[in-house]
Amino acid sequence: MNIHEYQAKAILRKFGVPVPDGHVAYNSAGAREWAKRLGDGPWVVKAQIHAGGRGKGGGVKLARTPEEVRIISREMLGMILRTHQTGVEGKLVTRVLVEKGCNIANELYVSLLVDRATSKVTVMASTEGGMDIEEVAANTPEKIFVKTVDPLVGLTAFQCRNIASNLGLTGKLVGKASVALQALYRTFMECDCSMLEINPLVVTAENDLLALDAKFGFDDNAMFRHPKIADMRDYDEEDPKEIEASQYELSYISLTGNIGCLVNGAGLAMATMDIIKHYSGDPANFLDVGGGATIERVTEAFKIILSDKNVKGILVNIFGGIMKCDIIATGVVAAARQVSLSVPLVVRLEGTNVELGKQILAESGLDIVAADGMADAAQKIVQAVKGAN
Amino acid sequence: MSILIDKNTRVITQGITGATGLFHAQGARDYGTQMVGGVTPGKGGSVIDGFPVYDTVKEAVQQTGATASVIYVPPPFAADSIMEAVDAGLDLVCCITEGIPVLDMVKVKHFMRGKKTRLIGPNCPGVITPGECKIGIMPGYIHKPGRVGVVSRSGTLTYEAVWQLTCLGMGQSTCVGIGGDPVNGTNHLDVLRLFQSDPNTDAVIMIGEIGGTSEEEAARFVKEYMTKPVAAYIAGVTAPPGKRMGHAGAIISGGKGTATEKVAILKECGISVADSPAEMAQALLKIYKP
Repeated sequence: MNIHEYQAKAILRKFGVPVPDGHVAYNSAGAREWAKRLGDGPWVVKAQIHAGGRGKGGGVKLARTPEEVRIISREMLGMILRTHQTGVEGKLVTRVLVEKGCNIANELYVSLLVDRATSKVTVMASTEGGMDIEEVAANTPEKIFVKTVDPLVGLTAFQCRNIASNLGLTGKLVGKASVALQALYRTFMECDCSMLEINPLVVTAENDLLALDAKFGFDDNAMFRHPKIADMRDYDEEDPKEIEASQYELSYISLTGNIGCLVNGAGLAMATMDIIKHYSGDPANFLDVGGGATIERVTEAFKIILSDKNVKGILVNIFGGIMKCDIIATGVVAAARQVSLSVPLVVRLEGTNVELGKQILAESGLDIVAADGMADAAQKIVQAVKGAN
Repeated sequence: MSILIDKNTRVITQGITGATGLFHAQGARDYGTQMVGGVTPGKGGSVIDGFPVYDTVKEAVQQTGATASVIYVPPPFAADSIMEAVDAGLDLVCCITEGIPVLDMVKVKHFMRGKKTRLIGPNCPGVITPGECKIGIMPGYIHKPGRVGVVSRSGTLTYEAVWQLTCLGMGQSTCVGIGGDPVNGTNHLDVLRLFQSDPNTDAVIMIGEIGGTSEEEAARFVKEYMTKPVAAYIAGVTAPPGKRMGHAGAIISGGKGTATEKVAILKECGISVADSPAEMAQALLKIYKP
């Protein structure tokens, strides 16, 4: 789960990470009002969408007067912002963050994440703030510093001083960096983050540190113990089909192809997409119905797949372990009837209760193509979709 | 012989009074596994479908002589259940539970340091030594006793590989599902090491997916230390970057952990990589004659 920048900064402020003073606004008059209340300018107006690369797309602008804040906000609110992360369709801007500007002397980078190799929380820091960290890692890996955190003692003071030193900070800034890093670590742990990135962390002309931008990734599995964070989820930022799927505990990701997939298990679902591509087809989605799917969930999965107008055929690929094939078969038949299915449907069943499942499909009287094995299934659906075009 | 489990393994089920725990405990017992009891706090002293229930793992181990446990406890409590099993000194713990917060697993990994227990999972199908012992949720009938080892992050994709092997007449020594989470107890490399030293395993199929570098590390081990043929398949060639494909672990970030990159490294290390998930067993047959 992701959140907006203004929400991220509110969380950081609460944990004692220094961030610029600012406030979210939903209309241009409100933006001007907040600029006045924040004190002297200049101010920065930032479009609040989840995607990165906002600056280049015109979503971050400097204002010298409150009136300028209003004019810029009026332009931004309601505009479709396109960045390299939003795709061509872009994102509608419905809120802006009005923030006090600062005098930047130096830009740094800090992030925290769970490192899979060590199974520990890791702090990454770099002198190359404001840049794409993947590029820094590729071109100048010596400018990235990594500290692994011992789960028992947490991020230590000496580790913070070492990071500060790596970043070239001296004097009072060492202490300020240590305080900020400790606060970031507390934020990460107490909010169950999977990733927390401050890029850039700036040194101001007044020798202060400020987190100028912040990106949170939260561990979806831990949101049950963070209801306040879960409430920050902005449904407008997500694919409506993905939201609906999540309500039925289906794992669905919308893609650009025309073959809908309904599979059990994440690995098999990925492999199903791969084999469709292998036979020159194009998957329309990733959909894992999970191990405990009910007939109702299978039916909903079908409806979600079919709500994508690009879908010209559906492949059901089930290898039943927990999931019983007869449940899937019953769900498929019920769904096909409910939605009066008009596209080709190929079903491959294997595993627990497979015979019963096949029988249910055969006796349904529906036009369902049975397949043996993944290769056969993929070839059949690719062929069927080609025939339909 | 086999790895991790055999006909002498005695298994308790943590979370046995839940519907899922009981269903799979019964399934494992039907398969022939020595399912000797279960644990549900507060229900100790009762008996459910012939399984004695205990309040704590320690008590269950004392009373039943269990050497392994399987966990079906809901995600908020599963990390604690793993630590309880480790504390009770079990040799093997398989955590089937999906959805454990990753920071809970960071603590568990730390807790396990210096202790003898091996953890498989979480978010995994479990382990099976066909014909001898089944711990977990895999359908038993697709397996056949034999000499090919299987290790995979994905449950259903493991079944797929096993079924292909069985259909071609190749049985399995042990099949291990290591789970799809970013922080887990056992990785591909650990299992390959066990297969390499197991006299009853002649060849291995390794199934990986996008994200992380577990497959790459395993591949380097294959190149340097393994004398047994290894075939592999990597899922997620078509997965878009930055999206979590069901498994929390299956996410590509910043060009790292892509399927293409993994496949290239595996091939360099002498592994026979299947082009399609339907050809995992055939990929093994290219380098191995049973």
